[in-house]
Amino acid sequence: MQPFLFDRADSVTEALRAAPDATVVAGGTNLVDYMRLGVVSPKHLVDINGLSQETAALGRITLDHQGLRLGALVRMAEAEDHPGIRARYPVLADSLALAASRQIRTMASLGGNLLQRTRCEYFREASWPCNKRRPGSGCAALDGLNRQHAVLGTSDACIATYPGDMAQALLVLDAQVELTGPRGVRLVPVAKVHRQPGTTPYLETTLAPDELITALVVPASPWSWRSRYVKVRDRRSYAFALASAAVALDLESGRVKQARIALGGVATVPWRAEAAEAALVGKPLDEGAARVAADAAFAGARTRAHNAFKVPLGQEVLVQALLQAGALQPPPPTSRNGVTHA
Amino acid sequence: MPDRSQSGTVNRRHFLAAVGGAAAGGAATLPSPGDAATALAAEAAEARDPRALHTVTLTVNGQDHRLSLDARASLLDTLRDRLGLTGTKKGCDHGQCGACTVLVDGRRELSCLRLAVMAQGHQVTTIEGLAPAPDTLHPMQQAFIDQDAFQCGYCTPGQILSAVACVKEGHAGDDDQIREYMSGNVCRCAAYPNIIAAIRQAKTEMEA
Repeated sequence: MQPFLFDRADSVTEALRAAPDATVVAGGTNLVDYMRLGVVSPKHLVDINGLSQETAALGRITLDHQGLRLGALVRMAEAEDHPGIRARYPVLADSLALAASRQIRTMASLGGNLLQRTRCEYFREASWPCNKRRPGSGCAALDGLNRQHAVLGTSDACIATYPGDMAQALLVLDAQVELTGPRGVRLVPVAKVHRQPGTTPYLETTLAPDELITALVVPASPWSWRSRYVKVRDRRSYAFALASAAVALDLESGRVKQARIALGGVATVPWRAEAAEAALVGKPLDEGAARVAADAAFAGARTRAHNAFKVPLGQEVLVQALLQAGALQPPPPTSRNGVTHA
Repeated sequence: MPDRSQSGTVNRRHFLAAVGGAAAGGAATLPSPGDAATALAAEAAEARDPRALHTVTLTVNGQDHRLSLDARASLLDTLRDRLGLTGTKKGCDHGQCGACTVLVDGRRELSCLRLAVMAQGHQVTTIEGLAPAPDTLHPMQQAFIDQDAFQCGYCTPGQILSAVACVKEGHAGDDDQIREYMSGNVCRCAAYPNIIAAIRQAKTEMEA
């Protein structure tokens, strides 16, 4: 690991002043690993964990009739355990509970998790060419061992998979990210945060260098309880997704009024499957309709030598997620009408 | 209060920025006050030595230790190499095996992924500090012995601390839940069935 300057920020203002030339650290589960591997070598690290002393909202979960607000320094495990989130936003609670290990979820902040970087082995091992890690050096995954790589949103420069789980849940809940910067506070849809690689895979997000994620904001929705996250891995627990699907359904008399679908483990970014959503609208939610939607979700897939299995796998995962969400029963009224579960 | 005499805060950096700016005398040529502040801050950051040691007080097993630490030092290496607490094991050093699990403020964490400078102000508990008194064992330690829940023993300190947290979190309801919530602790000897038995035994005693 390369030497770095280390500071602790006591206020959001201080952290922002340091932001353009410093790397902020909260849980450190992703960053410290990549620093140790030599994948990233920040010259200056600013610990932002102290910010929740000054601005308590950064470490707080608020659930009321307007929706859910998750401070950026809330830990994954805290949100996973929250009874109100489990009842009203099950897709979110499930996506957290199925991620990483409990130790990592205890440490990892929600803000950091959203920006988790790829697990592509050619990105992780600094001696390989990688357009994301060393722009212009090439992509070793294109003709390498690409079993874990993306089939959606890829380019000739990069096929690295977005590895996270929570972002897909946030997508189907129409969540926004609260960004605080020198120009003030702005809300950005989660769907606009990550960039597909294109010719610039090293540009991973639309965040400005001097902006800090301060919260995740999930609107209240009468049908967010009918949501589900299904994740398939090489082993039963503690692994990244080979394919995952987050779904939220608005059903009326068994027919789909609205659907939200996001795919994980198969795409370069948290992947909203709008064609699949459109294919469901007006249909009764049965296996036939789910399979038509799953076909639509992967219509644009581009496979490589070792990852073609992700298309049928991802389709099956989506079908299961849709059918499981459709079978959910509403939570008791106290959990739906805006009571805060502390 | 955290000691910042060495590690500094962003405030200290800005103080240095002002001094550095005066010495360089370059602020007047910069286009805007915002850019000037950024440039000066960057200049001041360059003037500091990233290898400078940080004075940190770590609270481990109820005892305070004042240490001069490289910012790169992990909590794991600091426990083992500086404090001689070698019960915490280094497995993968990348947060994948769980051998380095310790409790931080009662919650289970991976000490390989926590920088030691970021552990100040927190209560760290290692396997050496788990038992309530010298020459006694925590119910989880006793249960691992009773149930033969290890072979080589390398993963055991991490397993035990993780298991204590698993019970306290309320995630040891049944065998499936124990398996899921203990999945961050890998045992290459595959003592998993006995580990589950040990957690069930200790859970009864911890909740009695």
